[in-house]
Amino acid sequence: MAERSPFAPPPPGEQKQLAHQPSGETLLRIEHVVKHFPIRRGIFFKRQIGSVQAVEDVSLEVRRGETLGLVGETGCGKSTLARCITRLHPLTSGRVVFDGVDISRLSPGQMRPYRRRMQMIFQDPYGSLNPRRRVGSIIGDPLSIHHVASGPERTRRVQELMEIVGLNPEHYNRFPSEFSGGQRQRIGVARALALHPSLVVCDEPVSALDVSVQAQIINLLEDLQGELGLTYVFIAHDLGVVEHVSDRVAVMYLGKVVELAETAELFGSPRHPYTAALLSASMIADPERARSSHRVVLHGDVPSPINPPTGCRFHTRCPKAQAICSAEEPPLQVQAGDPSGHLTACHFPVLRGETLVASTPEFHPAAGGFAAAAPDTGVEGGG
Amino acid sequence: MSLLSVSGLTVSFPTSDGVVNAVRGLSFDVEPGKTLGIVGETGSGKSVTALSLLGLNPGADISGSAVFEGRELLTMRPDDIRRIRGAEIAMIFQDPLSSLHPYYRVGWQISEAIRAHVRVSRGEAMQQAIELLRLVSIPQPERRVQSFPHELSGGMRQRAMIAMALALRPKLLIADEPTTALDATVQAQLMELLSGMQRELGMAMIVITHDLGLVATVADSVLVMYAGRGAEGTDYRTIFTSPHHPYTRGLLASIPGATGSGGRLVPIVGQPPSLIHPPSGCAFHPRCPFAMDVCVHEQPLPAPVDGGETHWSACWLPHNAVGVGADADAIRTRYVSSRRGPAALRLRGVAAEETGAGRRAGG
Repeated sequence: MAERSPFAPPPPGEQKQLAHQPSGETLLRIEHVVKHFPIRRGIFFKRQIGSVQAVEDVSLEVRRGETLGLVGETGCGKSTLARCITRLHPLTSGRVVFDGVDISRLSPGQMRPYRRRMQMIFQDPYGSLNPRRRVGSIIGDPLSIHHVASGPERTRRVQELMEIVGLNPEHYNRFPSEFSGGQRQRIGVARALALHPSLVVCDEPVSALDVSVQAQIINLLEDLQGELGLTYVFIAHDLGVVEHVSDRVAVMYLGKVVELAETAELFGSPRHPYTAALLSASMIADPERARSSHRVVLHGDVPSPINPPTGCRFHTRCPKAQAICSAEEPPLQVQAGDPSGHLTACHFPVLRGETLVASTPEFHPAAGGFAAAAPDTGVEGGG
Repeated sequence: MSLLSVSGLTVSFPTSDGVVNAVRGLSFDVEPGKTLGIVGETGSGKSVTALSLLGLNPGADISGSAVFEGRELLTMRPDDIRRIRGAEIAMIFQDPLSSLHPYYRVGWQISEAIRAHVRVSRGEAMQQAIELLRLVSIPQPERRVQSFPHELSGGMRQRAMIAMALALRPKLLIADEPTTALDATVQAQLMELLSGMQRELGMAMIVITHDLGLVATVADSVLVMYAGRGAEGTDYRTIFTSPHHPYTRGLLASIPGATGSGGRLVPIVGQPPSLIHPPSGCAFHPRCPFAMDVCVHEQPLPAPVDGGETHWSACWLPHNAVGVGADADAIRTRYVSSRRGPAALRLRGVAAEETGAGRRAGG
């Protein structure tokens, strides 16, 4: 072993059997989920004057043992969707079916047994741990709340969990402030695992961490998935991270899923112009690829979810947009003659090998007369 | 001749917990019209370096030298540095919301920056502000100058910051994590914009970032910092293909996506060190898979790596052990095995226990 490079990944025989073989069986199914947040005005009589359409008619399936990646930019509704899945937000309409049971209309009491089986890991390892409580009691909370263990049994379980996530069990009595960012995220992971959940929703679990520490947490999550047979919904805006951990990836834009496919398929040949632009915009840590690839630069900003564009929500920024795009909303479906089961919501999907070309910024009165500008922000080959 | 030449920069802050040694003898050069990428993790001293150059670190003990076009910045009187800051060396910050004043309109803030350095009327300055906003592709600049920062999106705010920084056509622009708070597509828009401006104005840039992807895209040369020191420096290609320092090597192995999906990441064990009590010798030794006894006791000095005149590294490993392949690692491992005495062996035992990463760290 002494001769092996410390930077080489473990040889195949030694590599932990990543038992995460998605069984194909559906663990979670969400159907036509809609989440609107009302905007109210007035002091005594609060009238609703509009709503933020955070998630609009999303249907997805998560298979047992897989990792479903959820990507999209700020405000696309990915975190709201995660909170809808775990019932931290009530749904406006739609259904969430977890292991065959519709949990979207259950009372808090009825919901309780299901809460044990779905847990969340949050983005901010500083904000998600109570600074005045000791680590042992933070991790042990779920055990007490669900009357799973108490007293010395609880202590034993907590220390076991700390061991599992790579924390020193002797640090049971420390406060969160005594830990670094990566270690705090391990605490969050331990808390999420305390009740042996089957589904873990990870909302940007590594975004706040440095690269070297981020890799530690990603490896930890992958190991745990193999050992405990976990199913992950993994939200991130870093495409490299999502590509690394996911079996399938869903791309969201303004509250809608615009594309859903196997990871290699999606990253290899994106169909939706938004996905293509997103992939081309991400900065790859490889100077040759980073400078040679054609970068599709989108114009303007994401429109407001209070008053989203008609038809396809991406049409205001899309280089391939035509008249039909602003009139008719494309359904999320497999394109004709595609054997890969690649779902796309687009009238004019990007073809294999096609390069998106410079769009002429069009004038869109609906979007605030936006794109009257900037000939130099079009598509440019990196140079 | 270099536009900016920094040598032996040392910055420390006295705090109630002890002296924080944020930067410890850092040297680098910035060439006119070129982009230097400074890479490092949280607490490596990269932002402190930038702020020190501009005299924006009150309360810090600064020594060393930073010569900008023949003028020494570090010992300059506040009045003199004020004339350079903003006009000849401009800076854009990571968080555009907290770097713009929430109470003043965007146009006013930009025109004030102009009027601080040039004698022009309010109206003229405002006219220039409008032109600048147009330059950075903000739609309807005549209306946008009247906006408050909170009325703009994150990308637009950062554009406004860039407009302000470019107002006086600086020779050097320091961008401190310019796109970290922004989404990928907005990041691409802004970097495109900055590169375009750089070509047009012929200015030099220092881009401070933790994102190796950004470095691969925009930098000409790269400086890797660790615990307040320069670990390695070279051009943007060599840093990815033939890194010498084990820290650089470790960073590259930690990036997901660079190798595609599947394979396992190889993280650097442990945590970044405390800058109040930095480790002895080479600051990276507690996390380094190649640590030898000499690394524990003596600090390595930057030395040229063979195969490149501009490539240097501060590491005790032989300077022909470059690259990311298994061959290079084998050379390193063979070299190390004979020089690993009691200190290094003890260290490896302790590291596995103390990183808090325990068995999971893969150390």
